[in-house]
Amino acid sequence: MAQQEKGGQRMRLPIGRRDIPLIATAIVLAGVYLFGVLTYEHFASWAVVRNLLVDNAFLGIAAVGATFVIISGGIDLSVGSVMAFAGILIAKLVEHAGVHPLAAILIALMAGVLFGTTQGLLIWVFRLPPFLVTLAGLFFMRGAAFVVHSQSIGVRHEFVATTLNETLSLRLPLGSRGIVLPVTVFILLATFAIAWFVLRHVRFGRTVYALGDDAQASALMGLPVGRATVQVYAVSGFLSALAGVVFMLYQQSGDPASCKGLELDAIAAVVIGGTLLTGGIGSVIGTLLGVLILGLIQTLITFQGDLSSWWTRIVAGVLVLLFLVLQRALDALAVSALNTSEES
Amino acid sequence: MPLQSTMIELSRHIVRTLLGIKWALLALALLLAFNAIFTDNFFEIRFQDGHLYGTLIDILNHGSKVAIVAVGMTLVIATAGVDLSVGAIVAISGAVAASLLVERGAPWYVAIVAALVTSLALGLWNGALVVWLRLQPIVATLILMVAGRGVAQLITDGRIITFEDSHLAWFGNGALFALPVPVTMLALVAGVGALLTRRTALGMFIESVGDNEQASRLAGVPDRAVKLFVYTFCGLCAGIAGIIECSYIKAADANNAGQLLELDAILAVVIGGTSLMGGRFFILGSIVGALLMQALTKTLYMLDVSADIAPAPKAIAVVLVCLLQSPAGRELIARWRSRRRGGSA
Repeated sequence: MAQQEKGGQRMRLPIGRRDIPLIATAIVLAGVYLFGVLTYEHFASWAVVRNLLVDNAFLGIAAVGATFVIISGGIDLSVGSVMAFAGILIAKLVEHAGVHPLAAILIALMAGVLFGTTQGLLIWVFRLPPFLVTLAGLFFMRGAAFVVHSQSIGVRHEFVATTLNETLSLRLPLGSRGIVLPVTVFILLATFAIAWFVLRHVRFGRTVYALGDDAQASALMGLPVGRATVQVYAVSGFLSALAGVVFMLYQQSGDPASCKGLELDAIAAVVIGGTLLTGGIGSVIGTLLGVLILGLIQTLITFQGDLSSWWTRIVAGVLVLLFLVLQRALDALAVSALNTSEES
Repeated sequence: MPLQSTMIELSRHIVRTLLGIKWALLALALLLAFNAIFTDNFFEIRFQDGHLYGTLIDILNHGSKVAIVAVGMTLVIATAGVDLSVGAIVAISGAVAASLLVERGAPWYVAIVAALVTSLALGLWNGALVVWLRLQPIVATLILMVAGRGVAQLITDGRIITFEDSHLAWFGNGALFALPVPVTMLALVAGVGALLTRRTALGMFIESVGDNEQASRLAGVPDRAVKLFVYTFCGLCAGIAGIIECSYIKAADANNAGQLLELDAILAVVIGGTSLMGGRFFILGSIVGALLMQALTKTLYMLDVSADIAPAPKAIAVVLVCLLQSPAGRELIARWRSRRRGGSA
């Protein structure tokens, strides 16, 4: 970077080409929010912001896991199934086996890590393509969720209802009546903060970027490519299970049929957030913005009232396409800029 | 003489295919043997009112839908691509056919042609994204996978459209040449696919694009046209499967039609010996793969495993077959064999 700045003749903006997708995401988010504020009464309220965070907490956590995997150049399609499995496992343990909720949550998280590690091992040791392994994982965990229990179970344990969902929530004096942020929102924010720190400042995070950029070069440089691959899928398994825990707290029940296709929403959020699906480039901040955009579109559709919720999927698809085109255009620009600078 | 050489060529190809899918065939044989012992009347086939009935016919019938999609998917995967949107195209195709028939009062053949043209166009869209935007296939088809089901909902207005038209219902429930129509359709699709790829240069073009895109372009292979073709063909196959599915239940269900079909189809192709890296493909293998998955499903149902749980053992079977076919798995088997040989010597 420093060399580039020395060699550059023209004045440069303090933003790089890699920041442009992130800025575009921020502009889209601001635009969507502004559109809502101008179109609907009561849109510019703290309650809307609060609901945006609460209703998308599980998606956000799942999307963080997807960010890790996608930056490493892989993909994880098993997210939704793992979430459903974690949710129904906790509900079954708490309601039918009398296990304390905290212990049940721990068991579910460990199951997620174990499952993710298994997927990572299959991918690394046997060189099977990630999307194939995690596709089988999607099938497997969905079936496993139904093995645990075939119907949804409501979680009415006192610890979940009062301690987790009430005592640990925070009342903020915002808006006319104040808003209450439940514990799930803090889990979401903590997940993003930790993930940001790990990707930026921890050796493992930098290995993930290197792996996605060029796995072969990373291996030649002596980076622990195999360990990092397995760890990435373990992280994704853990975060999927954590998203399942949050979804269980949000719904106050576990349902083996829930969260179908959630991995698609997570991947869409990651792509809209400016992370390259080829790996090597991306950030969790972008993912957070992507999740908020998807959530805001859902909110707009709810405010509109006469539009059906499947418009969310269509708009998400269009946004994914737009961002992919943007990335492609930036690549083309960069290549032509490189060529002209070589000529001169 | 030319006929003779064609026959030799053909039989050689079939032998090569069978060798390529030996693990899938072994699994299928094991499964059938298991059923022969533990399930009563598994192999019984009756002939009644010009129809064949029986469990094996059932497997053929219900496996055909996945097999048809798998034929298209085979060609896509052979170019080192993948099409995740087939499930969404199935939903859209069924939605177009049913809504034209019921809400616009169109004749059944117009409904079918419109559905097929729509799926063709959607396949072309996928191909265009891959060719002109140079998106990775997973990403390009992900867009339609995400948005497609919403589009299908839009066409049916979020309702399940039911119909009573006997012509349209024939595609899923009727019989042709004593076999259920889906099986005949599968034979047709597979025949066209095999003819196009084995009797013309197209098959070699597909394999060369999958093997090394740049090298084949330099060698004069029209790589863009080849890619456009495979995605369009795959879209068409998904459209046919969509008509069969909506015809079978006499309804277009935008939410559930073709659900998880992309996974079944991809797994069928992989089990059938086609490499996900591209470069070689076995249409017959994919059909065997699809039938294997269906036979496994049927066996599980007969063992009273619920439809919800069935995906788990299916996933394990798929991973096992893939492990056996993977380079590491082959190496392991080879080492085990040589150790046994060394031990006995």
